[in-house]
Amino acid sequence: MSEDDLTGESRPYLLRGVRLKHDQVRKCWVLLAPERFLRLNGISVDILQRCDGGAPLARIVDDLAEKYQADRAVVERDVRALLVGLYDKRMLGL
Amino acid sequence: MKPLPPPTGMLAELTYRCPLSCPYCSNPLEMAGRDAEMSTQEWKRIFSQAAEIGVLHAHLSGGEPASRRDLLELTAHAAQVGLYTNLITSGVGLTKKLFDDLVAAGLDHVQLSIQDAEPESADAIGGYRGGFAKKLEVAQWVAETGMPLTVNAVIHRLNISRAAEMVDFAVRLGARRIEIAHTQYYGWALRNRAHLMPTRAQSEKAYAEVEARRALYKGRIVIDHVAPDYHAKYPKACMSGWGRLTFNVTPTGKVLPCHAAETIPNLEFWNTREKSLADCWSDSPGFNAFRGTEWMKEPCRSCERKNEDFGGCRCQALALAGDAAATDPICSKSPLHHLIGEIAARDSSEKGGDFTPRRMAAAKALTDV
Ligand code: SF4
Ligand code: SF4
Repeated sequence: MSEDDLTGESRPYLLRGVRLKHDQVRKCWVLLAPERFLRLNGISVDILQRCDGGAPLARIVDDLAEKYQADRAVVERDVRALLVGLYDKRMLGL
Repeated sequence: MKPLPPPTGMLAELTYRCPLSCPYCSNPLEMAGRDAEMSTQEWKRIFSQAAEIGVLHAHLSGGEPASRRDLLELTAHAAQVGLYTNLITSGVGLTKKLFDDLVAAGLDHVQLSIQDAEPESADAIGGYRGGFAKKLEVAQWVAETGMPLTVNAVIHRLNISRAAEMVDFAVRLGARRIEIAHTQYYGWALRNRAHLMPTRAQSEKAYAEVEARRALYKGRIVIDHVAPDYHAKYPKACMSGWGRLTFNVTPTGKVLPCHAAETIPNLEFWNTREKSLADCWSDSPGFNAFRGTEWMKEPCRSCERKNEDFGGCRCQALALAGDAAATDPICSKSPLHHLIGEIAARDSSEKGGDFTPRRMAAAKALTDV
């Protein structure tokens, strides 16, 4: 996928078999997927918790920019980078 | 020493029983039968302990895991204790009812083996007529649920001309991921090496064709490609490093760093019937024998790649160099590397076909390789 396929209207969601888990042993959040796991930082967790297939990308970005009191363009770049990567790994649907 | 990080994955070999008889099966030549297998309660305890020590993925494997009547109960338990559950199956032995029940019990992912992209050849390799058709059916069930499907294909001389077709086939089956692995020569594959080894030209062609599929299917299927060892310059990081991330539990409860670890003489591995899983993982002498890089000899010891490939495969080093602590002869820096070219050239020129099918009985007589 190229970044252009991801628009403000896209409603990202984690595909079935891909899920967030708070790992009690490592004391961090992980994203579990077939044969893979990713350790997540705080912002990634915040992004993915909002990817419920209902919320459009634009709203997710607004919401996070507000929460982190950060520049919207910067937040949007982070969100897109994470989501495009997960899409190409077949972990995310739109 | 740095504290040992928690393991991430556990391969639970629930049983060695399997209706198929693939000549490259990674199970040992001598396989314990049903009577020696762990009970339902024993397996449940292991899954609970695995979750406690930080295991994230539980791979329910075998043999054919559906050969166990308690597969549903075990899967449900593994899911309940928070493990990501992956069923590694040949498809044979699964019914629609059992599959639906597994899904309802929280199964996360199915990994379906295929022997070839072509039905007759596939059934001949697996030694099971109708196996191919059954796999199509199972793939369909998985696709209907929307859950992730991985197709596993092992590549060798009998199917290597269709390696890339297997990727196409997996896409048609609706798989999200394919693991395409050129045969690793241990277990039954080592026994059958002369019937499985492709030529260098075949390997290179297949490798390139599969790699070319990556761009074609980007965003549709993830291709995990295990390169052909015998025609490589450096070895693979076998198991991502001995005792570093994952472990296997055998049907009788032994905890091992890899499938073939028991072929190394004088290594002591512990059994979950006697010790906790945590102890088996962190303290058993067999695990600690080759953890990290301290055990290495030259040329590995002073090599800049030693934290990348960990010196390759210990079992291969033993099988080919006669010393499990030697550099894996697959490595071009190994003084024995010339053996690899010689074996590959010799074995790939033997005529194929008459391999020894994997079987549980009568395996004893075949252990000389
Ligand atoms: S490799 Fe073949 S014989 Fe071995 S467990 Fe898998 S399906 Fe059965
Ligand atoms: S010498 Fe050892 S560490 Fe270096 S590349 Fe070869 S196998 Fe790997």
